[in-house]
Amino acid sequence: MAQVTLRKLTKTYDATPAVRGIDLDIADKEFVVLVGPSGCGKSTTLRMIAGLEDISDGEILIDDELVNDVPPKDRDIAMVFQNYALYPHMTVYENMSFGLRLKKVPKPEIRARVENAARILDIQELLERKPKQLSGGQRQRVAMGRAIVRDPKVFLFDEPLSNLDAKLRVQMRTEIKRVHQKVRTTTIYVTHDQVEAMTLADRVVVMNAGLIEQVGAPNELYHAPATRFVAGFIGSPAMNLIPCALEEVAGALRVRLNGEVGFAVPPDRTARYRPYAGRSELLFGLRPEHILEQRPQQEPNQEVFEVALEVTEPMGMETLVYFGVNGVEVCGRVNPNAGAQAGQRMRLVADLNHMHLIDDASGKVL
Amino acid sequence: MATAVLRGNARPVRRTSMQRDRKRALLWSYVFLFVFVIFFLTPPVYMLITSLKTSAEISAGTAPWWVSDPTIQNYVEILTSPTYLTFFRNSTLVSVLVVAITMLVSIPAAFALSRMKFWGSATLATGVFLTYLIPDTLLFIPLFKIFVYLRELTGIEFINHWWVLVIIYPTLTVPFCTWIMIGYFGSIPKELDEAALMDGAGYLQTLTKIFIPVALPGIIAATIFAFTVAWAQFLYPLAFTTSTDQLVLPVGIVTTLIKGDVFNWGQIMTGALLGAAPPLIIYAFLMDYYIAGLTAGATKG
Repeated sequence: MAQVTLRKLTKTYDATPAVRGIDLDIADKEFVVLVGPSGCGKSTTLRMIAGLEDISDGEILIDDELVNDVPPKDRDIAMVFQNYALYPHMTVYENMSFGLRLKKVPKPEIRARVENAARILDIQELLERKPKQLSGGQRQRVAMGRAIVRDPKVFLFDEPLSNLDAKLRVQMRTEIKRVHQKVRTTTIYVTHDQVEAMTLADRVVVMNAGLIEQVGAPNELYHAPATRFVAGFIGSPAMNLIPCALEEVAGALRVRLNGEVGFAVPPDRTARYRPYAGRSELLFGLRPEHILEQRPQQEPNQEVFEVALEVTEPMGMETLVYFGVNGVEVCGRVNPNAGAQAGQRMRLVADLNHMHLIDDASGKVL
Repeated sequence: MATAVLRGNARPVRRTSMQRDRKRALLWSYVFLFVFVIFFLTPPVYMLITSLKTSAEISAGTAPWWVSDPTIQNYVEILTSPTYLTFFRNSTLVSVLVVAITMLVSIPAAFALSRMKFWGSATLATGVFLTYLIPDTLLFIPLFKIFVYLRELTGIEFINHWWVLVIIYPTLTVPFCTWIMIGYFGSIPKELDEAALMDGAGYLQTLTKIFIPVALPGIIAATIFAFTVAWAQFLYPLAFTTSTDQLVLPVGIVTTLIKGDVFNWGQIMTGALLGAAPPLIIYAFLMDYYIAGLTAGATKG
């Protein structure tokens, strides 16, 4: 049981910065996911916490104790690797007990702990097998078992599901969540998959180019992104970001996308956006699920517009429609029975209650 | 008739041509394999035939490929001769000790060079291999001088003792074995030692509990190499040992069985054949293990 604190953590490889000074407080028993595109520094951060990578600058504290120069084995943390890193010449039992045997834990206790972990992961019948006799999902479980057995202060996961096929990945995702609910150990999990991040995390840390873009609960990131990067990264299909200008007409604010299309800003947001009236270098952000087919009853702050559809993608429960606005491809999610057809004009509704305005220059959400 | 026609129609044309290609390829492989077998097996077969002949039959030279009057007299004489058994003992001692020393040096060296990234480790790894490329014919005179110098310094006589070979041979085996094992250790995923590190293993434990078992096929390959080099080395023992009781097999056979211009061919062939046996037996035993290790790595997934 431990909290982890990062202070101005920095990593530089031969003058190339990989992590550029990040601050993060991870509470006891929390499940934190570091997410970002490849090369954003998330894995490097994790490896610095593990002690596998030297720290160029800054501090790492586990339970308020500075561990910068503490070797990995004395940090009391366990790590699950992307390619599982099981010892190929040992059985599952030997793999899981390796750390305890090195620590000279008494044999009966080792057996009890391995069997307990095997029960949690449902791999009791695999204990005598060698890793090469296991499937990908089973290897993943053993790798987690090896971490659980040690009963460490912190679990580290480095993209543990990337080597699994899509179906198994979803299954193991649930499994990891279930295990965390049982074991309740502070967990830091690295992934480039935003769906994994959203589904697993208590808090998501979105990283980009060696810096933290935003930290927050999954829903918070989804509904109130702080930057253009987070707005575009979280959610699939991604949020539509359309160049726009903010006009003030007779005291009311309007978002103008082009000559034809413009929307009135909802009254409850007028005060927030008023300082930016007259600005033109802005981005109008709206998620695909807030662009719908026109319905008989119009809700407040929903505005109708008409576009020529370029592509439609029937998904079964919904149909994705794509059309161009201001040279940007925009995606909407309409009812499959709304009769959307590529090449035809269609009347759509923009739900402005969920709109975002982003300053194009700074990338900040206004 | 009807079935024959049907079968003829059902056979796809493409497959037939592929089968023909395959047959032709197989035929050629067998032709070349046959040539290789002839090429490599002729000398040992000839040795075997000659070793079963009496001196009189050899000197008569009537039927070089046939034994008209087989005898095991040569084998009896060789195996009961104390000199030959001494050569055998010396060869065995030298080879086993050289293999042991080589492994004790090469395995930690390869581990350090492949895993502990220190300043100059890559250059050093290449350097290790380059030293292997220096031919032993260039080295034996300087080595001889070094041993003479050492005798003057310490008073210990190095020349003409079988154990001097145990000191010399590692200069041949260590570089190559280290090189092989750098490659083998390099193919072990980095995550494996990181996992061991997280599990609390130090460098020594990572080496003994993870690297050596995982790289066992490579270590066996290196062992076979070191043993073969030590067993078959000719130049160094010829230069460094002279007394009959200090000789190893290859030199011993040549120097004691050739008396002046009298070649005792039957015993030379027998001695050579028996001398070639130990490496062969070791190969035969370890080959299965070696191949099993290789294929296990290949089908990882």
